[in-house]
Amino acid sequence: MRILRSWLAEYCDLKRLNDDQLGDVMTALGMQVESAEVIGTPVAGVVVARVLRTERHPDAAKVHRVWVDAGDGVEHHVWCGAFNMKPGDLVPLATLGTAMPDGREILRRGILGIDSEGMLCSAAELGLSSDAAGIMIMPEGSSLGRNVFDALGVKRDVVYDLDITRNRPDATGHLGVARDVAAKLGVKFLPPKGDANKKGPARRVPVDIVAKEACARFNVTVMSGITVGPSPDHLSRRVLAAGMRPINNVVDASNLVMLECNQPNHAYDAEKVASGFRIRLATVGETLTTLDGVVRTLDTKDLLICDGDDRAIGIAGVMGGATTEISDTTTEIALETAWFEPNGVRLTSQRLALRTEASARFERGVDALGVDYSIARFASLLRESCPKLVVHSGATDARTRHLPKPANVSLRVARVNQVLGTSLHAREISSLLTRIGFVCTPKKILAKKSSNVPSGPGFSVKVPSWRPDCVDEVDLVEEVARHVGYETLGKRVSQSTQPGGLSPLQQRRRALRDVVLSLGASEAMPSPFLAPGDHERAGVVLESAALELENPLVVEESLLRTSLRPGLLKAIAFNVSHRANGIALYELGHVYRAQTVSGGRSPAGNEVAHDLPDETERLCIMAVGVDASAAVGWWSEITAVFGVGAQVDQSRVPAGYHPTRSATLARGKQVVGYVGEIDRTVLARYGVDERVACLEVDASILLGETPKASIAKPVSRFPSSDFDVAFSVPANVTAATLHRALRQAVGTLGEEVTLFDVFRKAPTDQTRSLAYRVRLRASDRTLTDAEVSTARTAAISAGEKLGCSLRGT
Amino acid sequence: MSASGDLASRIADALTNASTDVGVAPDVDALRRVANAHTGKGSVLVGLKSSLGSITDVEARKAAGRAINEALQTLEALVAERLTGLEVAAASAAAAGEAMDLTEHLARRSRGHAHIVTQAWERLEDVFVGMGFKVAEGPEVETDFHNFTALNMPPNHPARSGFDTLFVKYGSPGSTLLRTHTSPVQIRVMQEWDLPIYAVMPGRVFRRDTPDATHMPVFHQIEGLVIDKGITFAHLAGTIEAFTKAFFGSEFSSRLRPNYFPFTEPSAEFDVRSSSGKWIELGGCGMVHPNVLKAGGVDPEVYTGFAFGFGIDRMAKERHNVADLRDMYANDLRFMRQF
Repeated sequence: MRILRSWLAEYCDLKRLNDDQLGDVMTALGMQVESAEVIGTPVAGVVVARVLRTERHPDAAKVHRVWVDAGDGVEHHVWCGAFNMKPGDLVPLATLGTAMPDGREILRRGILGIDSEGMLCSAAELGLSSDAAGIMIMPEGSSLGRNVFDALGVKRDVVYDLDITRNRPDATGHLGVARDVAAKLGVKFLPPKGDANKKGPARRVPVDIVAKEACARFNVTVMSGITVGPSPDHLSRRVLAAGMRPINNVVDASNLVMLECNQPNHAYDAEKVASGFRIRLATVGETLTTLDGVVRTLDTKDLLICDGDDRAIGIAGVMGGATTEISDTTTEIALETAWFEPNGVRLTSQRLALRTEASARFERGVDALGVDYSIARFASLLRESCPKLVVHSGATDARTRHLPKPANVSLRVARVNQVLGTSLHAREISSLLTRIGFVCTPKKILAKKSSNVPSGPGFSVKVPSWRPDCVDEVDLVEEVARHVGYETLGKRVSQSTQPGGLSPLQQRRRALRDVVLSLGASEAMPSPFLAPGDHERAGVVLESAALELENPLVVEESLLRTSLRPGLLKAIAFNVSHRANGIALYELGHVYRAQTVSGGRSPAGNEVAHDLPDETERLCIMAVGVDASAAVGWWSEITAVFGVGAQVDQSRVPAGYHPTRSATLARGKQVVGYVGEIDRTVLARYGVDERVACLEVDASILLGETPKASIAKPVSRFPSSDFDVAFSVPANVTAATLHRALRQAVGTLGEEVTLFDVFRKAPTDQTRSLAYRVRLRASDRTLTDAEVSTARTAAISAGEKLGCSLRGT
Repeated sequence: MSASGDLASRIADALTNASTDVGVAPDVDALRRVANAHTGKGSVLVGLKSSLGSITDVEARKAAGRAINEALQTLEALVAERLTGLEVAAASAAAAGEAMDLTEHLARRSRGHAHIVTQAWERLEDVFVGMGFKVAEGPEVETDFHNFTALNMPPNHPARSGFDTLFVKYGSPGSTLLRTHTSPVQIRVMQEWDLPIYAVMPGRVFRRDTPDATHMPVFHQIEGLVIDKGITFAHLAGTIEAFTKAFFGSEFSSRLRPNYFPFTEPSAEFDVRSSSGKWIELGGCGMVHPNVLKAGGVDPEVYTGFAFGFGIDRMAKERHNVADLRDMYANDLRFMRQF
């Protein structure tokens, strides 16, 4: 919302404040100043000049020659790139040597060897408005040679761009901002008088509100004695400065009323709407050409303004139609001032992607009782250019029972102080609220049952009609807080009465990250959105369907991942293509499945909440250029830290993994993850030809269980006895099987059984040599040679029983 | 020439010879042999010692014995000194033989790098944990109820349209969505935890947004919630101030200014200012709206509370001076390894 300092100053005394201070006051009231722009700073050397004649030059297509009279008795020749002036027009001439607001100096810069003795200016170039469309044409009557700013009576002004929040519909008008500022400063708020003396004969335009909920008030007032023409300068400048384009005196008055009172309104050519108005919902597929020339197709929820013959002439609260616009020859207008239901306007404006100054105001809620005042203001503003204006009596003011009535809200003094931590008295509170239009009637309010707020003084507060957002006690508490000033409410640190901390799960999650980082993997955060086909490309088989998005921005982001692998593979491929070294990435993130999880909590007494789809946290690690044994190594490192194991079941090959170099991690019947290498055909799809080791696991297995504390065992004081044993092991015996057999064979004396060497004569040999070191120790004695020898014999026969043959003896 | 004078010169000669031999012994083994030759059984000095019996004068015999013993001790000391010298020389020769260039350091697997959002996330958690907060979590796929309705945004509430919500095809249409903020966790915490509540809720959130330098469709927020008896707006301002100083440094300060959020009232925007004097908008906050407390099963007449929230990604972006948020999500190791 663009707010002019000069405009506010008409309604309250701002002399105490400089520009920054005024900005700070508005920000402190919740109307945040996004930017402040100074306009109308006089530029010395820019004078009023009359266009004498213009001439095209055959060699210059984009500029023409203009001769002007600047009142000094000499013809000045200038080149000009704009063509909107004609002989006789008054225009601003920046004379030679003028320092323009943008820092340029006007020099005798010639084109085609012909000098230019100055420059004609647009309003934007002079900082008078944002209008840069052509040379500014000045009103008749300015004396030649006079400084343009003096001639226009332009004074320095500041335009504040305010970010107005949704709960402040009143602040999208200068009056609302001024009321707030005046209250904060403790100065008088002086709204302007409206003049709607109804002198003329009764002129009644019939109004039929069919959609009584969507349109709760529709006033049509006829005015005559109008001559359509430009607005007085000070008004058109104000329209411009507020960010709109001056059109003519009628449209400008309409816009000024909106910018002042926050009441959008619409002036029709009275002749064109003589048949009356019908306000109804659109029918399916009904179309209307709006003022901007676009044909709009409507829906049954869109509210239409129709003429008496039921022809649509406007989309209520959004934009008018082209057919009933006023023209240069209009002398009588029918002024519509209405209240439309905010949500309906919002939905229509959203659906049509047509957001206008009017719709933005209606969807926040305009003052349901402000209609008469805004009509009077319209008449006053238009009368400045149309002294013969007649406001006819007999206006139609159709209302329905849906017109909002000002709310009455109970406010407890103790509640204000309970929420704000203040000790305000009843009088202070009512004084703050009264200044911004709330009417406070004192009353004693009894404590509610089981409430912490005691019985005590309070008010019955009548909410002003321009503040439809205030419906609850707490809304009034906020008004008090705003006006007492947030900065005065103090800063006290709330003392937590409980120990803070991470939950055991959160602590273990940090430990898990630490372990994974120590394994050399860096943390990636791929998008959780996938395109159709991404799962399949990564070799992920969907056990149940992936969740789909209802309204994805692009189809490439229309599915929620069921696995971390597609995202990490993409990240791996990216880094491979950039020839990164030592690529190792991990992600700890959520995956989602369409299947419902039971046990979703329903909030007490609310049927709207429901179960949610399955969402789990998973860990995936991938590294390039290492084989499956690295992934198994990661897993054993993680299980060692977390004290949680799983069976590495190589008989179950996970989808998308290398058929002979991968395994399923299982705990009983539950599959908790996969380990190994990514299938080469999958990697080929990502353009990766090195091996990629991968571990993925359900993080809840690691994080969800509180590990039991290990119980200390005394360390033996007796020496150990070691022996090594190596077997030639056939392909069908896994190292894990042999390891288990050896452990069993050496029994309780076995302290450690460690695989320390794997040897294949040829890399492709399936039969290999596995060498183990066995360390024996007893807790109560030194072992005898006989005991060691018995254990060794047992180990050897255990290996041989599996079909392995002893080597090296 | 007297017998004793003759003996003295023989001792001196023996010592001189022995000293010379010790001095030239090239290594430890040679030294041992030399030592044995001059102090062992067949040595001159030991031989002289055994001939002492022939000296009849008791005093002269004692004196001669002392002289031989002194000579032997002198010789042992010389041997020990020489031995130490030889050992030191041998050790330094051995060390010289195994000299290493310690800068010949082969590249090995180094520690991985945590994502800068995770780093910021954990730092924020730590500050709040120090202030007595627990950390709460909630699902990313949420119900419309938790994300909107319970937060005082019933269906058709105008503020909903500001969230650019991504809906999930699950349950009845519009019932399930990707949470647009971490605030639904407030509701879950109120429903599931005992009062009072001092909690922060970091998490991943989603918006239907095209990625650009300052917006990502997937990003991270942290939310704070305090509900207790006697909590006031001053506690909100004080907690924000304490956090500001703890996280950014004691030279920073904070301010609140009025704003609007459906789930808090009074609502505020909070800004922080460094010693340079520049205010930076950080996040939103306010007193928990009574309707939100009710939705969470908390009696707003008995308990009051405040909530605040802000973006984690932006903390990381500002701290590391990252120009474009998209760089943080490109998963490019060249970027990741900087942090």
